Amino acid sequence: MRNTTRSALALGIGLAVVLGGCAAGGGDSSDGGNELEILIGSSGDAETEAVQATADSWAADNDATVTVVAASDLTQQLSQGFAGDDAPDLFYMSWDQFATYASNGYLDPYAEELPNAGDFYQGLVDTYTYDGTFTCAPKDFSTLGLIINTDLWAAAGLTDADIPTDWAGLEAAARTLTSAGTVGLSFGLEYARVGVFMNQAGGQLVDGDTVTADSPENLEGLQFVQKLHDEGVLKFPSELSAGWAGEALGAGKAAMVIEGPWIKGIQGDFPDTNYQAVELPAGPGGKSTFTFSNCWGIPANSDTRDAAVSLVEYLTSDEQQLAFADAFGVIPSTQSAAATYSENYPENASFVAGSDYAVSPVNFAGSATVIGDFNAQLEGLVGGDAAAMLAALQSNLQAALDEAE
Amino acid sequence: MSKLRRSDRYYGWAFVAPAIVIIGLFLVVPIGLALYVSFSNWNGLGSPLGNSSLVGAENYAAVLTDPGLAQKDFGTSIRNNAYYVLAVVPLQTALALFLAVQVNRRVLRGRGFFRTAFYFPSVTSSVAITTIFIFLFTASGAVNALLGWFGVNGPNWFADPRGVIHILLAGVGVTSPPEALAAPGFLGVSGWEWLSGPSVAMCVLITLAVFTTSGTFMLIFLAALQNVGEEIDEAAMVDGAGAVRTFFSVTLPMLKPALFTVLTLGLIGTWQVFDQIYLTGRGAPGKTLLTPAFLAYDTSFSELNWGEGAAISFILFLIIVALTLLQRWVLRDRDLGRSGIRRARKADARLHALAQQGAANTAVGAAGAEGVVRR
Repeated sequence: MRNTTRSALALGIGLAVVLGGCAAGGGDSSDGGNELEILIGSSGDAETEAVQATADSWAADNDATVTVVAASDLTQQLSQGFAGDDAPDLFYMSWDQFATYASNGYLDPYAEELPNAGDFYQGLVDTYTYDGTFTCAPKDFSTLGLIINTDLWAAAGLTDADIPTDWAGLEAAARTLTSAGTVGLSFGLEYARVGVFMNQAGGQLVDGDTVTADSPENLEGLQFVQKLHDEGVLKFPSELSAGWAGEALGAGKAAMVIEGPWIKGIQGDFPDTNYQAVELPAGPGGKSTFTFSNCWGIPANSDTRDAAVSLVEYLTSDEQQLAFADAFGVIPSTQSAAATYSENYPENASFVAGSDYAVSPVNFAGSATVIGDFNAQLEGLVGGDAAAMLAALQSNLQAALDEAE
Repeated sequence: MSKLRRSDRYYGWAFVAPAIVIIGLFLVVPIGLALYVSFSNWNGLGSPLGNSSLVGAENYAAVLTDPGLAQKDFGTSIRNNAYYVLAVVPLQTALALFLAVQVNRRVLRGRGFFRTAFYFPSVTSSVAITTIFIFLFTASGAVNALLGWFGVNGPNWFADPRGVIHILLAGVGVTSPPEALAAPGFLGVSGWEWLSGPSVAMCVLITLAVFTTSGTFMLIFLAALQNVGEEIDEAAMVDGAGAVRTFFSVTLPMLKPALFTVLTLGLIGTWQVFDQIYLTGRGAPGKTLLTPAFLAYDTSFSELNWGEGAAISFILFLIIVALTLLQRWVLRDRDLGRSGIRRARKADARLHALAQQGAANTAVGAAGAEGVVRR
């Protein structure tokens, strides 16, 4: 009996200590200097280490300590932090979530006061402007290009003169490259890839405050994709048992893919694949590509706001952005740094060149769900009714736009 | 007994206090808060209390009555999950019962081995099993390789949004909906879409669920089977019942409490399917794997529409409660209550009628005719 009492007591104390320890872990204990936490959606160790190293060198000069946390699910961890009044002091804010966060008052609009606010690409500034206010500083960006497996290209008897500059050229090259084990062209079946064809045909989704998704130009873009697939010169990664188009390119299952500078990541798995990136071919409506980016988000009403702004200024300086480019291959978000970047990395120069005419995929508050729905419909694109898909997109997107305004 | 000392009463409270505090803090308060959120416009910034205001049933209306994407997504998720439940619950129950009967047989050698083997998928993490299934069912995966040996060209399982009923209809030449089924119907989803059947991708998840859960339910049936005494089986045998008749008329009715447990747990578990959806592409292909539980998560965490997410959760809760009550009513004990008395009276009357008929037949028989009714 005594034993039972004693063990119960011990168990109780043990539990109390454990729970107490958990509770203490959440608190701040700062003696002098700021403690900042950065939450990033990292592409790998190289990125995490580079951000940590840069943050550390800022921290050394500013009497602060910075912890970089690589999120396993950035969206979920951010939501959790905001709901618990414990948001990270600085975080990656992706372009597709930006408007939703800004419209809900999550973000501190600090970007306009940055000394280097005028150095960023105008397209990126537009992407991160909510309600007329430049809200957060773009971290870097990527554009889409046509990535060609040069060995397969040469084996098919093609030369530099055959690099496609228009749709007809793309179709011809894809046909030549298609053989028993290889398909000419591959890209993910989603708006973020298929959309460039819609834009190249001269279409766009939103014109001012009118949605123009069901325009004949957009339809022409989708029909071109359908045509390529019908001819057998285009296959989507899932049809090739690849997780994404880059994997299909690396494994030699696809000779050309539409991806961004992150294609560099296939070197690890496929060191023997040689490839070259060129600008996307132009469509009937001219050249077009998408730009994707992240910005440095600072939560609204943050205690460490000033320190975080100073850290962003340091992180977005040309020097640091070029260091990031070195470490994990992203394109700097300022024009001057991007120019240096294309000199340093001629193989990626075409991605920088694309930024002259690149547009950001549509991203107003609430558009993400509609685009998600469009992506779901696109899975039926092969043999499907493209016009009906655009009609559905039109009505959903217009409803979302009306609600956002 | 009649008079508790005052201090004894306090002892009682003291002993249940830890349970009350824990259940209150971690169950009742969060549920209450979620219910509040489902009627509020909370956007996930700070605590719901103090950072939101009540908006009435707006969140419920958005998914139930207001035409739009939110309603259509909800309708689609309900359709997907309904097909999932319709397929998984009967299959897993039947398979679990079958396995339990097999491993309960005394003549079976290595029963311990089989019991462990059948139970194994249940103790393995669903994340691990789902990942393995994703590999098995890729376009050039093991399953399609196996089908290839038989000359069957397997589908691209996890990327195939076609519903199986639609595929069957296409087989007989029906590829587009008749006029009556094309317009948006209940919850914004057209009748044609409601009748799509589970998608090919969903069929894989159905297989997965049956595979992983039947082991657990086998245990429940096994425990119940071991309570059925051997003498009852023998008595049935003496009465001339064969194995099949014994099972359906004697064993199965005695397993009714276990059957109720299994069906209830199955219903609850299948309506809340989440991990598999999260892992296989968040509702892809073509939203045919979208389920209410995942939709609630996505609406809350990605769209920051916490009120709507909470509303979806509570609708899901009501669906589960309603179905459990329905199933309780279907499986109710028919010997009890007013209907039981009525049924007993009817059975009595039937018996009387039979006896009289028998007596009449006997009388006829005694009169020398051949017509003895054999029963």
